[in-house]
Amino acid sequence: MKIGVYVCECGTNISGTVDVADVAEYAKSLPNVAVSKYYKYMCSDPGQLLIKDDIKELGLTHVVVASCSPRMHEPTFRTVVEEAGMNAYCFEMANIREHCSWAHMHEKFKATEKAKDLVKMSVAKAALLEPLEKKQVPVTPAALVIGGGIAGIQTALEIAESGFKTYLVESTPSIGGRMAQLDKTFPTMDCSACILTPKMVDVARHPNIELLTYSEVTGIDGYIGNFTVTVKKKARYVDIEKCVGCGLCAEACRLKDRVDDEFNENLGKRSAIYVPFPQAVPLKYTIDPEKCIFLKTGKCGDSPPCVGACAADAINHQQEDEIIELDVGTIVVATGFDLYDPSQKPEYGYGKIKNVITGMEFERLVSASGPTEGHIEINGKEPEKVVFIQCVGSRDKEGNEYCSRVCCMYTAKHAHLVRDKIPGAEVIVYNTDVRAYGKGFEEFYVRVMDEGVKYLRRELDDQIEVVENGDKAIVKAEGHPDIEADLVVLATAIEQKKDIADISKVLKISRGADNFFLEIHPKLRPMDTATSGIFLGGCCQGPKDIPDTVAQASGAAAKATIPLAQGKIDLDPQTSFVIENNCAGCGLCVEACPYSAIELMDGKAEVNEALCRGCGLCSATCRSGAIQLKGLTDHQLISMIKSSLSEVF
Amino acid sequence: MIEMDDKSDFEPKIIGFLCNWCSYAGADLAGVSRFQYPANVRVIRVMCSSRIDPQFVLKALTEGADGVLIAGCHPGDCHYIEGNYRTRRRIAALDKILEKYGLSDRVFLEWVSASEGKRFAEVVTDITNKLKELGPNPHKARWEI
Repeated sequence: MKIGVYVCECGTNISGTVDVADVAEYAKSLPNVAVSKYYKYMCSDPGQLLIKDDIKELGLTHVVVASCSPRMHEPTFRTVVEEAGMNAYCFEMANIREHCSWAHMHEKFKATEKAKDLVKMSVAKAALLEPLEKKQVPVTPAALVIGGGIAGIQTALEIAESGFKTYLVESTPSIGGRMAQLDKTFPTMDCSACILTPKMVDVARHPNIELLTYSEVTGIDGYIGNFTVTVKKKARYVDIEKCVGCGLCAEACRLKDRVDDEFNENLGKRSAIYVPFPQAVPLKYTIDPEKCIFLKTGKCGDSPPCVGACAADAINHQQEDEIIELDVGTIVVATGFDLYDPSQKPEYGYGKIKNVITGMEFERLVSASGPTEGHIEINGKEPEKVVFIQCVGSRDKEGNEYCSRVCCMYTAKHAHLVRDKIPGAEVIVYNTDVRAYGKGFEEFYVRVMDEGVKYLRRELDDQIEVVENGDKAIVKAEGHPDIEADLVVLATAIEQKKDIADISKVLKISRGADNFFLEIHPKLRPMDTATSGIFLGGCCQGPKDIPDTVAQASGAAAKATIPLAQGKIDLDPQTSFVIENNCAGCGLCVEACPYSAIELMDGKAEVNEALCRGCGLCSATCRSGAIQLKGLTDHQLISMIKSSLSEVF
Repeated sequence: MIEMDDKSDFEPKIIGFLCNWCSYAGADLAGVSRFQYPANVRVIRVMCSSRIDPQFVLKALTEGADGVLIAGCHPGDCHYIEGNYRTRRRIAALDKILEKYGLSDRVFLEWVSASEGKRFAEVVTDITNKLKELGPNPHKARWEI
């Protein structure tokens, strides 16, 4: 056995704290170590060549690289050793950067001693590593996209265009998402619906896309290339094959204009049978089970008038939820966002003072398809003085510490729209920094100021309060004179979906401190989750404007298409295996395995390597050590424990 | 040889078992964010905290570790569905044995997510300080024979 040890300086990232020469010299004293070197950047071409040459010239059987986190460069070095003819799984990594030099920057001696220990432990483990063979499995040539907003639409269209079957699952009755609610888009002032609805229609018409609206993903099993997804198609109580979207049912409904319309942020009313908005895709009606009199009481007059009105005989109050299973190779999560509820901060008066509304409510007020047909009015009157307040729920140490990234520009857009529609109106924007970082943003902000919109700056911690005064609201901002306004618009934060806990449970992907889904690398892998084969698109990963959402969605589509195009993927060979002589056939591992990867065959446990995900739960469950995890056997782990403790400080 | 008489000079040696998906990533983030913490933990990466056989903890203590840290994903967030619930039950069972030997205070089970770099640094600082207070593993000398 010949082990090579390679210690990386990582520029000064490691060598600035850890004495790498000392560590490399120390490694020479360790058992089985044939060569030990240090170099400026082990991951660079010359660094890789150093390792390859030693493998070939000295006949190394195992390699240990002491550098950054294996979560960063383990795949790089596995490939390096493999290219030099060594088995990729006879490689081990010691993390002396993230876990050592960067964490102990003021303790050079202790950091060096720790680095030596980490190398010693890796060498002890490496000596016990055995070659493993990679296995390939075929990939199901289909993708699942969860969420039918602009991110999901973009992703689904691009995967479908690449020639793969794509399932687009949307929880509401129509695709379109938040973008469908917007009137104009900043800074170009394109009409949101005009650019969105053609894409929605493309989705419905695409031969490779199967659209599942009013449906929810309730379970995901399997692994990259071979996921099995359970989808609940919620009962619409309308047969979508028969419904022609004529709307006669909604006209006939006894609750016509009496049910709060969530698409219009509850500013308008709809019937209990409805389409969310006129351009909905699919244009099929849905009965709201929480509101429908017949569904709630079993009776609606002599017979439900919707049934009588429907010439296509599409309404079926007896319809039930349907559970279906889909086989897909990859998954893109594009579940979008919710908006901060400003009633959590009573100082803004939202929910109590009718003059105070949110930015999204303003969006519906100003939209030609909204409840006022685009006429800005509050209490039936056109406002003469409008105050916008930014950073409501964003940049708040007690709430969401992050910046929501879109509020500055949508407020500028709203201010422009007020001036556009009500030429004499006075418009004041209370801002806490204006962030106009995107293409055309600064120009738009300057234009809006030139149009006469007054920007007043507050500090983040400054008190602000809105109080009612007759049919007006008074905005009291610290350091500024009070302003009596007809309309106050709050720029509320973008937040993770409120039902995210349910979605997370199904997806099993991590969330960050901001509650958004966590990408595996913030710079270089912004669409990848820790679960291979599951990618992120749009605001579920963090607040974004439309162009950034579309860009990320396209990226996620490209990522999700790669395994489908390859047709095969390598399975991680670090799975469990059974030492038959030690196995008593008790079946504890069979019961413990979360993936049903273990079966009892002729009284002995047997592992299905395609199903095993390598968690090692079985191994710790086994009473006789008969089931082991390749690459993390009891023997290997205990050798690390023992070696780390073989000397005191 | 470092003088061990004064508690403040005592540097506990801690074995840390971290799950790959949450706690190891959290420890990586602590480094990337340059959160500083004592250099006393020797990390062993496992894919899931449920890989940690109680015998590893006992082995570490009998080999002379002053403390053992086991860290995994928060309950409900396990990358392998429910491995961390198993870990929680196993460590609770192990604790009964540890209590008998007065070692219960030296084994720490913590949940650290991939985004909790700061928390990882705090956990390590905290347990290092606790172990400094406790002093060296009393069984170390006996088992060193």
